[in-house]
Amino acid sequence: MALAISMEGIEARARELGVDLSAVDLDSIALPAGEDFGILSDDEEVLHSEDPPELEMGLSNIIVVDNLPVVPPEKFDKLENVIRKIYSQIGVIKENGLWMPVNPETKKTYGYCFIEYNTPQEAELAREKTNGYKLDKSHIFAVNLLDDFEKYMKVPDTWTPAEIKPYTAGENLLKWLTDEKARDQFVIRAGTLTEVYWNDARKLAPELVFQKQYWTDSFIQWSPLGTYLATVHRQGSQVWGGENGFERLMRFAHPMLKMIDFSPGERYLVTYSSHEPSNPRDTHRVVLNIFDVRTGKVMRDFKGSADDYTTGGNIGVSGVSWPIFRWGGGKDDKYFARLGKNIISVYETNTFSLLDKKSLKVENVVDFSWSPTDPIISLFVPEMGGGNQPARVSLVQIPGKEELRQKNLFSVSDCKMYWQNSGEYLAVQVDRYTKTKKSTYTGFELFRIKERDIPIEVLELENKNDKIIAFAWEPKGHRFAIIHGDGPRPDVSFYTMRTANNTNRVSKLTTLKAKQANALYWSPAGRFVVLAGLKGFNGQLEFYNVDELETMATGEHFMATDIMWDPTGRYLATAVTSVHEMENGFQIWSFNGKHLYKVSKDHFYQFIWRPRPPSLLTPEKEEEISRNLKKYSKKYEQEDQDAYNQLSEQDRKRRTQLQEEWDSWVAKWKQMHEEERSYRMELRDGEASDEEEEYEAKEVEVEEVVDVCQEVLAFDLDQE
Amino acid sequence: MRPILMKGHERPLTFLRYNRDGDLLFSCAKDHTPTVWYADNGDRLGTYRGHNGAVWTCDVSRDSARLITASADQTAKLWEVSTGKELFSFRFDAPARSVEFAIGDALAVITTDNFMDHVPTVQVKHIAEDIDDQTDESALVITGIKGRINRAVWGPLNRTIITAGEDATIRIWDSETGQLLKESDKESGHQKTISSLSKSSDWSHFITGSLDKSAKLWDTRTLTLIKTYVTERPVNAVDISPTHDTVVLGGGQDAMNVTMTDRRAGKFEAKFYHKILQEEIGGVKGHFGPINALAFNPDGQSFSSGGEDGYVRLHHFDSDYFNIKMLFETQLVQFLGSYVAG
Repeated sequence: MALAISMEGIEARARELGVDLSAVDLDSIALPAGEDFGILSDDEEVLHSEDPPELEMGLSNIIVVDNLPVVPPEKFDKLENVIRKIYSQIGVIKENGLWMPVNPETKKTYGYCFIEYNTPQEAELAREKTNGYKLDKSHIFAVNLLDDFEKYMKVPDTWTPAEIKPYTAGENLLKWLTDEKARDQFVIRAGTLTEVYWNDARKLAPELVFQKQYWTDSFIQWSPLGTYLATVHRQGSQVWGGENGFERLMRFAHPMLKMIDFSPGERYLVTYSSHEPSNPRDTHRVVLNIFDVRTGKVMRDFKGSADDYTTGGNIGVSGVSWPIFRWGGGKDDKYFARLGKNIISVYETNTFSLLDKKSLKVENVVDFSWSPTDPIISLFVPEMGGGNQPARVSLVQIPGKEELRQKNLFSVSDCKMYWQNSGEYLAVQVDRYTKTKKSTYTGFELFRIKERDIPIEVLELENKNDKIIAFAWEPKGHRFAIIHGDGPRPDVSFYTMRTANNTNRVSKLTTLKAKQANALYWSPAGRFVVLAGLKGFNGQLEFYNVDELETMATGEHFMATDIMWDPTGRYLATAVTSVHEMENGFQIWSFNGKHLYKVSKDHFYQFIWRPRPPSLLTPEKEEEISRNLKKYSKKYEQEDQDAYNQLSEQDRKRRTQLQEEWDSWVAKWKQMHEEERSYRMELRDGEASDEEEEYEAKEVEVEEVVDVCQEVLAFDLDQE
Repeated sequence: MRPILMKGHERPLTFLRYNRDGDLLFSCAKDHTPTVWYADNGDRLGTYRGHNGAVWTCDVSRDSARLITASADQTAKLWEVSTGKELFSFRFDAPARSVEFAIGDALAVITTDNFMDHVPTVQVKHIAEDIDDQTDESALVITGIKGRINRAVWGPLNRTIITAGEDATIRIWDSETGQLLKESDKESGHQKTISSLSKSSDWSHFITGSLDKSAKLWDTRTLTLIKTYVTERPVNAVDISPTHDTVVLGGGQDAMNVTMTDRRAGKFEAKFYHKILQEEIGGVKGHFGPINALAFNPDGQSFSSGGEDGYVRLHHFDSDYFNIKMLFETQLVQFLGSYVAG
């Protein structure tokens, strides 16, 4: 230890400083109380609150293989060779790392062996791969980690009833919803700081709720109902929330964590990590854990090579499309599914195992998506056999796995599925090849899920060659908007699934020509949509009322990269994140396009509104409120007015004060200026002074000959 | 009103100066040739030829008879305003950066850059009434400042000299003895190079612009920090309105960082702030590059800006501008957007 200082060293130092050591009474030095002298270290909390850190036992790289054949000495070498062959495929067995004990009496093996690998990872992999390996009919390997043995040995043989702890009420995780002013929260990440704010639109400024430096290692995410804020670290994920702001509620250990995903009802958290192969023989492995958010227990883990998890879909972050598991069945978190090669594996959360113990077989399936509310899967199979087998979109009911509806499509190049958020409609955007196969055109297949037999309608744009730039359903509504067209100024069209005389035909509401827009953002409450021109359009915004079919306002947030509605549809946030070097920060707008306030932050990474759980009001009650809006709004208008008055009163005071301070400065300066007048005159050789009125303006025209010169200019007459 | 575009310089503008009457506007640029314009309509009146390097600053005497210019060719020159005749040339060992006449026009303060082995200096020269008596001698030389001095101006009654520059510190010196009297506070002062300094019309306070994206207002006598104006861009130029409670800030990202995508990206705006409330009240767009120079006309009715793009833009204020002042005076809480035609 470098800290160990020899006594001679101390004495030498004391001599240097001229201190008489014998005169120093060490006992008289009163150290502050406590082991840490009252100085808290950063990791104190971790040290005391957690279980003592797990020590490397040194046995985690050893596996035990059971159910081997019991062989006499003459067959020993043969068996050993077989085992070595099997297990050296998985990893490097240490020198003398294979030990098969022999019964000294019978000279036969016991039927088990120990294998020591170089790394615990290899051992873990070997366990996974060969547990249940059939050597022959009667010898099915049972493979365990040596460490696990110890664990299993400790399991008591007699059953003792579980201790039932008395119920203690948890804290109110939904406290933020009870804000008196019914404000919404948002979280931002800028630089190393993560901050949660109230959006206080009345004060035209955000109000800080909580802030923390280095809160997360990579990103932050709200759970879908807004209860938790999840942070991501190398060691795993943590969720924060609770009554008193943001306390740690749970940790989820997952080394090298890369991605997280909540189930829609936020009961489960899926964590994902991928591990690069350490040597060429290894495969790229991925590890997925599904945690129960409230208890922190791992409900199921998935491990495998990355290839198994990259089939189908578009390749997203680090080779897999995220989320790998897509949750279905609405807010109950009943099912989750993943796309595999020719299969869709649907799991249920009761048992965390495959539904009916087998995957849904669909040849060549490339994409699927869940209805947001019902356990219905829509899936897409592309054209096969050079067009002999048509492409297909079908709807499959879970758990019955029966096909509700299917539609064959011809000469399809690509297909995208858009569910309306209350699960009433499904729009399938189909890109088809033209006859020459040189270009594509786009149409929509619209499914009415809630009607009998699920009728399908085909919608084609007036100009078939228009490219579809964006498509979006009105949340909770029956309308959708499409941005379409070629060239720099596309058109925006609005359609409705309902018509006046209830013919149930899709019909167009209007088309807005030549808009600077490439993205659509519907208000979560429907009715309003923001047409945004991001990227190339530099952040143009148009606030459009679809009920009245009129533009409410236009605006611009220069270079805006992200646009987010607050969960109530009252405010809109536009942000420039650090993809741009300049202009970082966010702006808040009212739903009708009034610019409210702006906050600049350098190195701005994330802005996320805190989601709200769905309203508990019945549709009837909601309708009643919207009918009597005037009555209800009166109270809030008064509050608004009060807040505004207070604000302007404060502001007025501040301004008056500033003005007064300034006036005192000016008075002082005036006085000094007066005092110095005579000196100034002196400096100017008695010239009157600097005041304007002291000289009179006289119009005098002075002509001065500056220069007279004669130049001989040569004209070239031949030239024109 | 539409701004008047004055194209006469071939290189980026460096400095703008109105004469006392406000009828002439002198402009300096990196193209060696200071130019004088009619401040009313933007007509070019003449040029001053003779420099052999970028011209950094200039000043004009109270009677508008003489012009003094400081140039990177290691000279400062005295000119006859009306004829464009070079009267005298002060030689230095290093580029001359800043220049200003004292009250009475009998003295001028000139700064030189740190160049090769030479440290930056502040020098005071006597300006002879009769040009034949003019000498090259310095009445005072101040050294001891580290980093380039971007601006040196006279304090009240020529008793002090105020310097500001690369080391982000403002200093007040005794103009007789060359003693350092005051230094701005490191904490509350600027954090990066001070690019510009401009005095109020009565010399009682002055404003400094800095690359730390702020401008600050100081008391000339006590060097007390009075106001801070925060903006989003490095500030290259500042000025104080002689008649209204407004200040103007100009700048933009470094010329070398300007992307070619969109000129709005660079924020090459002249931004107006309320002097007392420190609130932004408007902006004037138009330049294709950072703004390097700003000046209010002494009558307060117009201002001009000079940019890296080589243009001088002359703006006459709309009536809105004058109404705005009224709004603030009646304490109306109203935030107004861009109010000057741009």
